[in-house]
Amino acid sequence: MTCDEAEILLHALLDGELDAGHAREVEQHIANCPRCAAQLRTYRDMSNAVSDADLHYPAPPALRRRIEAALPQPHVTSRRSLLKGFAMGSAVSAIAATGLVAIVLRSDDEQRITSEVVSAHVRSLQAGHLTDVLSTDQHTVKPWFNGRLDVAPPVIDLTGQGFTLIGGRLDYVDGRALGAVVYKRRSHVINLFVAQGANTEHHAKTETVQGFNIRRWNERGLSYWAVSDLSADELAEFGEKFETAMRSAG
Amino acid sequence: MQNQGITLLPGPGLQTRPALIKDARQNMPIGGSRDDPEKARRFRDAALPYLDDVYTLARYLLRDAADAEDAVQECYLRALKHFDSYRGPAMKPWLFAILRNVCRAEYARRTNSATAPIDEVPDDAEQTPLWHETQDTPETQMLRRRDATAIQRLVAGLAEPFRETFVLREIQNLSYREIADIVGAPVGTVMSRLARARAMLRAAWTAEEEQPQ
Repeated sequence: MTCDEAEILLHALLDGELDAGHAREVEQHIANCPRCAAQLRTYRDMSNAVSDADLHYPAPPALRRRIEAALPQPHVTSRRSLLKGFAMGSAVSAIAATGLVAIVLRSDDEQRITSEVVSAHVRSLQAGHLTDVLSTDQHTVKPWFNGRLDVAPPVIDLTGQGFTLIGGRLDYVDGRALGAVVYKRRSHVINLFVAQGANTEHHAKTETVQGFNIRRWNERGLSYWAVSDLSADELAEFGEKFETAMRSAG
Repeated sequence: MQNQGITLLPGPGLQTRPALIKDARQNMPIGGSRDDPEKARRFRDAALPYLDDVYTLARYLLRDAADAEDAVQECYLRALKHFDSYRGPAMKPWLFAILRNVCRAEYARRTNSATAPIDEVPDDAEQTPLWHETQDTPETQMLRRRDATAIQRLVAGLAEPFRETFVLREIQNLSYREIADIVGAPVGTVMSRLARARAMLRAAWTAEEEQPQ
């Protein structure tokens, strides 16, 4: 780990946000780097000073009373005009707030599923259980899924494009059985998880979780998550080639 | 989507605001006011305990006591309106997300002011390598203890979006994930903003120490 990386990550260490593996890496770096160790000490001191001092601003009593008064109550007729006045701002901005809530909710959900997908990927690498059906032939892998899943994932051979099909596997994400199609590029495994998904088209989005890149997209009612330790660029290349092949296949 | 000039006007209190009252002629439905004391009670129990937290965030975001009061009031009204459909996240981050939206409308209203909108970060502000900022600071320097008012002033001096991230983490004790959801940025961005916010705060903290009191 370089000092540049440690300089960011030591904050996550300070905040208890690092998983055990990364925490160990940062601690190892700090043990051997007086400069980063000093940084961590200073930031810890500062954090303690900030949390020891109460930096809240108590809400003024008048504000509390105003908000209380604006809440619906059994006898509010005399406050009708006040309520109406209140309502304007919120009615106009209601749509914005609804959207915001939806975004917060969805990303919570997505976040959970994303982390489950990553866990499934990690499990597949650790357990010596990468594939249930081991074959580089899409005509072997594809029928294997039939009857095992409500929705059999599309299986496409991308060997010509630099991604070798090595097999398929049943996996569980978000409490559902789903298909994982396994590819390799060089020594890197790509798990392509496929589930019945929302009908909305979803532009491909790449993010990094626990050091793995995840590219997710929706197409024709299926949700796809490609997970790998490949670089984001190469994973994007995989996604694009897959989508192109899907379109030309039908 | 955002309406300017209605939600937040400078001034002491709603009763004295002709602009807000006048808009009543639009006769919009009032959220939850149709004699629904049960809903109001639930909302009161769920949301009012966070009033100090919401007000605190508003103070740091807007850096103005009167604007903060207006924003908080507006936030609670929007929250009540959407309370029926509220299913999570936790109440505090939910209120913060609404408040932030209100504050962004307030920023939009201040179009000609020098304050940049929360989301408009110059590209280089987040991409300048962090170590440039801390290189000159002696590594072993101890931080002098400061009282709350002094720290509040230092925090208020941070630029956005670093101030917002710092306050959500250090004063409101939210997790990176909760902050990311509120500000609509990836967790990695939250992490780097926080690192930068702390570096800036530390620089300001130590710079002041060097000045004679």
